[in-house]
Order: sequence, then C-alpha cells, then structure tokens
Amino acid sequence: MIERKLLLGDEAIALGAVHAGISGVYAYPGTPSTEITEYIQTNAPEVRSRWCTNEKTAMEAALGMSYAGKRALVCMKHVGMNVAADAFVNSGITGVNGGLVVLAADDPSMHSSQNEQDSRFYGKFTMIPILEPSTQQEAYEMMRYAYELSEQLRLPVLMRIVTRLAHSRTGVVVKEAVAQKMLNPDNERTHWVLLPGNARRQYTALVEKQPQLLASAEASPFNKKVAVEGKAKLGVVACGIAYNYVMENNPQQLGVKVLKVSQYPIPEESIKALAQECDAILVAEDGQPLVEEQVKGLLGADYVLKGRLTGDLPRTGELTPDCVGAALGVTVSQAFGAPQNVMPRPPALCQGCGHRDVYDALNKVAAEYADARIFGDIGCYTLGALPPFRAIDSCVDMGASITMAKGAADAGVHPAIAIIGDSTFTHSGMTGLLDAINDNANITIVISDNLTTAMTGGQDSAGTNKFEAICLGLGVDPDHVKVVVPLPKNMEEITRIIREEIEYNGVSVIIPRRECIQTLSRKLRQKKA
Amino acid sequence: MKKDIILAGVGGQGILTIATIIGDAAAVAGLSLKQAEVHGMSQRGGDVQSNLRLSTDEIYSDLIKEGEADLIISMEPMEALRYVTYLNNEGWVATSSHPFKNIPNYPDEATLMQELNALPHVAVLPIEDVAKENNMPKSANVILLGMAARYIEILTPEQLRESIGRVFASKGAKIVEMNQQAFDLGLNAVK
Repeated sequence: MIERKLLLGDEAIALGAVHAGISGVYAYPGTPSTEITEYIQTNAPEVRSRWCTNEKTAMEAALGMSYAGKRALVCMKHVGMNVAADAFVNSGITGVNGGLVVLAADDPSMHSSQNEQDSRFYGKFTMIPILEPSTQQEAYEMMRYAYELSEQLRLPVLMRIVTRLAHSRTGVVVKEAVAQKMLNPDNERTHWVLLPGNARRQYTALVEKQPQLLASAEASPFNKKVAVEGKAKLGVVACGIAYNYVMENNPQQLGVKVLKVSQYPIPEESIKALAQECDAILVAEDGQPLVEEQVKGLLGADYVLKGRLTGDLPRTGELTPDCVGAALGVTVSQAFGAPQNVMPRPPALCQGCGHRDVYDALNKVAAEYADARIFGDIGCYTLGALPPFRAIDSCVDMGASITMAKGAADAGVHPAIAIIGDSTFTHSGMTGLLDAINDNANITIVISDNLTTAMTGGQDSAGTNKFEAICLGLGVDPDHVKVVVPLPKNMEEITRIIREEIEYNGVSVIIPRRECIQTLSRKLRQKKA
Repeated sequence: MKKDIILAGVGGQGILTIATIIGDAAAVAGLSLKQAEVHGMSQRGGDVQSNLRLSTDEIYSDLIKEGEADLIISMEPMEALRYVTYLNNEGWVATSSHPFKNIPNYPDEATLMQELNALPHVAVLPIEDVAKENNMPKSANVILLGMAARYIEILTPEQLRESIGRVFASKGAKIVEMNQQAFDLGLNAVK
C-alpha cells in the first residue's frame, strides 16, 4: 500500500529503515538525530530500540546484529562518530553480514553542538559508500537502497544528513515494508577476527572493492544531472541538501548546469564530463570542503573551481539558499533593513530546574577559593556557562569534566571540581572516574542527576538508580559519596557538603538528585489526561 | 501559488503547534509543504523560529530566502522584528504585542513597538490578555493563528479551523471547541 505521510526527515529515515526490515536500532540521543530512534520506539515495537549507553556500544551492538545476519541501524549526531570511531572504522575491515547502516546527523552552524565536523570524512576514511539525501522523500527511499547496497558489497554504509533535513517536515510517500531477515550468523571467522594476518587480508580486500564502490556511485539513481543545452559558463556539483539551495535559485534560467551528488565516492567520470561542458565548476556542499578538495585534484590546478575554499561560499556555517544564490550570481532583494531593537536571546536553564540550585551552591563555595576551577560537560547544565551563573570554566566533550579536573588537579589546581550530568556520566564519565580513583586524584565530582537525558528531550538515562553503586563499585570511598536534593531550602546543607568534600584530599562524588522539571511536568500532564 | 511563512517566538511558547495546524491543513488540501523546525538547545527559553513553506508546486529549499517571506507570525514582538530582513515588500507581520522578557537587556518597549508599527503591513494583538479574558490561557498561540489566518491566503480560515479539529481531536471535544473559539477570536480581532 502506498500512502503519503507528513514526516520529519528523521522520521522518514526511521520509517525507511523499519520498512527495509531492520531488526534493531542502536543509538545514544543527540541533536539532530534523536527523533529517528524515538520514532522507531513509538511506531515499531517489533524492532529492538532501547537507548544505548554511548555511540560506541551502539555501533558494536549493531555490528553484532549484522554478524548474526540481520539488518541493523546505528544513529548518532556527528560528534558521536568520534566515540563510535574505533568500532566504525574497523567495521569497514570486518565487513558485514546482515545489512548495516550508520546514520550520522551533522550540525553545520552548530545549532546544538560544539563543532561542525563533517561525517563524510569518516566514511571516506573507512572506505565505505556514503549516501547523502537531499530530501526527506529521498532519505526514506535511500534506506532500502542502503541495506541492499550494504549486503551486496558486504560493507557498512554511512548515511549522512544535516540538521535542516533532520528537522524539516514534509509529505513523504511510503511503501510496503519488507520482512526482517532470519537469524544467520556468519561462519567465516577470518573476516571477524582482526588479528594482523586476517586484518591485512581484509584490508586488501577492502581496497580491491573500491572500483565497485565507484561504479555504484557513477550509476547511482541518486546522482543525476539537471540538463541545460550546450556549453555553460558555470556547472555546480551539488551535494546532498545543497542541491535544494541550488534548485531554489532556478539554475536552468541562469544557464547553469547541475550535477546532484548524493552517493559517494564522488562520481569522477560524471564530474569530469560536467567540467568539460562548463567553463568553471562550483562545489556546493554543506559542512567542510571534502568534495571541493577532491574535485580540485580531479580537474587539476588550471581548472576554475569555486567553493568554500575560494570564498565563493562561506568557509563556515550551514549553506542557505541566499549564500548559494550569491555564489550563482543571484542578488538578494531585501525589502527591509536589519532591525534596530533586537537583542540576542540565548537559551537558559528552565525556571525551577535542579541544575540552577547546584550552580548557586557551587558558585557560593567556589567564591571562597581564589583558584577554584569548575570543569563542565555536555548537557543542559552546560548552560551554566551563561549568565546569571557563569559557573563553568570548560566544556569540551562527553565526560571531559572528570578527566580534565583530574589533569588540572595533577598540575596543582585546587579545588578542581567536575560537574557532569547523569547520562553523560554513564556515556563517558565512568572510565575517567576510575582513572581518578586509581591515581587518588584530589578532585570533587558533582553528578547532577535529573533522572533523564534532558537536553535531547527526556530520554531514559542508562544509569538511573545505579550511581551510588557505580561510584562505590569503582572504588570511591563510601564516606565521600554524598547525595543531596538540590532545592533552595537545602542550600546550607549542600554548600557545607561541597566545602567538606573540597577539603577532603581524594576523589569525592556529590550527587544532587532531583527530577528534570520538563519530564516531571510531562508525567503530571499525562497522569491528568 | 506559494506562501513562505516564518513562525517566531521563544522556546516553549507553542509555535510548533501553530506549524502543526497549518501543516495538517496544507497536507489535507494537497499542497506541497516544507517546515523547518528548531529542536534541541534553543528550545530552552531561547529564540526559536520555523520556516514554513506552502506551494501548489514543488518546493526545493527547506529554508526561506531573505526578502521573500510573505508572512511572519510571532508570539512575541521582538522575535517578530528579528526576521524582518526575510520579509518581502508586501509581506505581513502578525504578532503578539506582549513582550517576553527573559533577558536583562530587553529593548525599550515603546521604541520596539514604534519600529514594529513602522512596517507597512502589521497586525498586533495582546493575545495573552485576550486568552486570559476568555479563560483559555493555553490557547494564546491559536488566537495568534486566527489573527494571521486571513494573510495565509493559500489556505482559507475554514480549512485551518477544520485542521484544529483534527490536531486537537485526541484531547477531546471540549479542547477542540475551545481552540476553535480561540481561532475565531483572533480571526475577528483584525480586519
């Protein structure tokens, strides 16, 4: 049955994967990828979909499902690729059994992220096919194609999307689902046991597969030419969502030829053919200039190539129909100038949020020490960096609060305080805590536990009800694991405990615990309804 | 025909509900539609916007070009002004006049309203007061949609009212009725 549904890009991907017969989705929440797994959790109970502790455990579990012969999906935001990278890169060497698709959602312009790294580099580095849809409809259709391609090449496939595709809603025509695969574990051990002898053989086989990947991209139904008669002044290589911004500017009217690229490795012959029909090429790609660099090598130094490296498109930030239009020579006609009475409105911690009380307490105590440093982490509580709190001195990556505090304490910083959320702690904080314990680091760790993964919308947190046991199990002195309730009325007790634990020479863990007010009010609303 | 609409507000004010209602009406009417939303960090009290594009033809970009928006619908006056460079010559602004002050340097209200009212096509309504007076404090966003309805053009107010019925159906007849009443209040408040 064919029907039309109004779907977010993320939802189209989720439904595409379900209709392609996946048996499991493995993911850690991260904007802009979260809604993929949420949609599967809500709409496909037959698919295993519980949240994973981090992107690496997700990637490995999906690889295990593929090993067993079934189709699996892994989803993460772009920086999650760094966490999953060990398993991801080696999955190119092992290859797959059941189809395996890794979905990386990039966030150019850093709407909700700490960098704008381009996941396509990981796909190139791993030497596997990359798909980059330009529309939600294409994203839906590509999923089925991706699983077939993965099984045909016996390689994982990377699908790369960007925020605008993930979080834009449109009508998507959906098809009937195919059945899940039967259990069929791989009996070929040498593929999977990456001892050097096997790995060398597998790596050679991966290199030898590359012409097949290229041929597949050249013939891909998702790479296509928008025809304009005769020779043109300009041709555009439009990658993924950039294709939409090019088309929005009516390239046919401008006499501009367009080659849409949505499957990599880059279709070299198609690009060379385009170059011959044009005087110059513009590479329009969201993210970093990966294709531009490759096309430069392909066409040689004498060919006129434009893109992010030449300044024809901005070097940073997401593409827009405006900046792509400007690169095509279209002038913007603004009716109204920039407004005079508009101020930035940065996000803030919710009123009544427990993190607020934690920061009030930390700021109070930290003010008593001339050299106090508070190392932050990734989550809602990163907003503690902004006024009125201005409480944290760092925020780098998941789990870095604890390990940076340890390194700083090793160097002599005192007090060195780490603040980390409950979900971030189980994602990547536990291993750092073990380092700190084994080295008897003089640090004070605050695990601000709101019983959920709040920033991404309140998903289950892997460690709920287990934090004291985890800390004690790893070896924190039981006298220095303290639980408090972050409320203004408890301020005196909380500040006293923070003071005492700073004065203790060793690892202390303070756990302020109070439910996120967003998830709490949602539960109350549901109860009422 | 096409209509490019920017929905604006502060995280938590309910602009996505407005987008859902318009989106549903457009889908039922068989229009092409693209609606870019803001999820994630900004939803925590920051400025949020949604680009909503409706057309009888294929739509390419998820984002609206500068100078091409037909309508700005805003839950907050300063947020309405934030996107004014996107508005076309003939574009309308339908906004709440009630400032949401969660920043210390919020501009002077009189100056702000002066700049807003200097635009050629502006409809302003204290939607939150109207919502309170009519005992529907949670329907301020639907009052705003009613206010904006006559400028949407590609969909009729009647199509939008029907969509409210579908979108709120799961919450019961009372809620549907209240929101349709809210819609009519907004619709009749501007001429």
